[in-house]
Amino acid sequence: MSGHKLRDLAHSRTGDKGDTSNISVIAFKAEDYPRLCEWLTVERVTEHFAELLDPHGPPIRRYELPGVHALNFVLPGVLRGGVTRSLALDAHGKALGAALLDLDVRGAAIVADPG
Amino acid sequence: MKTLRIGSGAGYSGDRIEPAIELAEHGELDYLVFECLAERTIALAQQARLLDPQAGYDPLLSERMRRVLPYVGRGADGRRRRLRVITNMGAANPLGAAQEVRRIARQLGFPGLNVVAVTGDDVLATLSGDPTQILDNGMTLGALGERLISANAYLGVDGIIEALQADADVVITGRVADPSLFLAPQMFEFGWAADDWSLLGRGTLVGHLLECAGQISGGYFADPGFKDVPDLARLGFPLAEVDATGRAVISKVQGSGGRIDTATCTEQMIYEVHDPAAYLTPDVSADFSGVSFSVQGPDQVLAQGAEGRQRPSSLKVSVGYLDGWIGEGQMSYGGPGALARGRLAREVVLERLKLTGVVFEDIRAELIGVDALHGSELGSRTPGEPWEVRLRVAARCADHADAVRIGNEVETLYTNGPYGGGGASKSVRQVVAVASLLLPREAVSVQIHSEDLP
Repeated sequence: MSGHKLRDLAHSRTGDKGDTSNISVIAFKAEDYPRLCEWLTVERVTEHFAELLDPHGPPIRRYELPGVHALNFVLPGVLRGGVTRSLALDAHGKALGAALLDLDVRGAAIVADPG
Repeated sequence: MKTLRIGSGAGYSGDRIEPAIELAEHGELDYLVFECLAERTIALAQQARLLDPQAGYDPLLSERMRRVLPYVGRGADGRRRRLRVITNMGAANPLGAAQEVRRIARQLGFPGLNVVAVTGDDVLATLSGDPTQILDNGMTLGALGERLISANAYLGVDGIIEALQADADVVITGRVADPSLFLAPQMFEFGWAADDWSLLGRGTLVGHLLECAGQISGGYFADPGFKDVPDLARLGFPLAEVDATGRAVISKVQGSGGRIDTATCTEQMIYEVHDPAAYLTPDVSADFSGVSFSVQGPDQVLAQGAEGRQRPSSLKVSVGYLDGWIGEGQMSYGGPGALARGRLAREVVLERLKLTGVVFEDIRAELIGVDALHGSELGSRTPGEPWEVRLRVAARCADHADAVRIGNEVETLYTNGPYGGGGASKSVRQVVAVASLLLPREAVSVQIHSEDLP
């Protein structure tokens, strides 16, 4: 059965500037956007990436882009020293967005109908 | 109403060349822009230039120019729509790059092409007068001492517009804010005022959408079954058709691979943006928060709703400095029990580094296929054990000799570690780190150069 991951409702791209990553989450369907805004909170994203974030670092910020039914999450410090100094395999954090799409959305009360 | 067609010929230094040539040949373009400078590229180019004063520009400059110059100007027969090229491929040496382009133009039989270099971004000399300046990482410039290798201000549109006024066919810059490469021809052609913030915001949106080339036309988008993209091997690069009000339609050459729709445009618009209401460039504080996209036809999307406010008073300067060495080693384990053997190998290497007194500032030891990208918690979400894993140990060391020992310790797993490891690799690389600071605009002086230096 499909339809219970964030991946079924939204797509994403990750960008980097210095040691900060930004992850867009874009609803496939405009009608899902209000529920997405309500459900996909800073707290939820922080919890998902807990292992990768500096617990003493600045908090994640969220911006809304209603015209394109998207959210933008900004994760300061998650790239640990930035692309140029980081020891990470994916120093740009390019794959972070793909990890976020694994969120289970069954609690979101969004009727997922990928067909 | 007059419209302008601007194409994007590269999204990074090593990008594909064929889609740019396809645009030059079939895109009916007025401008083709090649954006080739990532955050750290210029620091690496500066290092190359220290070894060879003729070097320091983009390694693909010559090949790109050989391929594209036959379409520049009015073409070999003088009857084509005039095409001009704008690029930051000058990197750490725009004057040397322009000289090389003139040489290629003569060689190809186009001696009349006007190649203009823009300088002024290199502010290393200016900054070295004040060692107390503080970088965003908390260090002072003075503390970097001889490790400091480059300092380049992000320039805006000014030098490029001046070069276009001087009738340049090819404009070669060093560090310029990526969207400014695209905004400059719009301001030049439509006569937009340098303080018409709304128009500058719209033109900056066009630049931001195009600056990563294939990333808006279906590149970096495909997720089979969820987001399918046709013919990625023949991905077409994007172009924008803009009018004097900043209305822009994004499209690509008909018949090329890829896709352009509201989804690809939205991903690219938010890419590398923090607050969408304040996307800062040297030219404007652009506001993308009210942007919307609408499909006009197959692979044709109208972008509207961008705004702008007064530009920042300072310019961002990117400072490159040497910051030690990263040593790395890798080894693969496969078959039943691969995960346990990979874990054991990791423990062994970490203990060996301790026993032998290798000094490092920071270290990562991870299993590719398990926990390398997103840590062990997310990495354990997939049920079952992987058939193969690859140990990767990387450490940042102040001394080269310590960095060498990281890879060596991984390699010795062959005869001293767990069973069934193969494919060891090791590397050491110098770290060229980048930090930033802000510089008042007045401290930067932009100049254009139409001739080779004597």
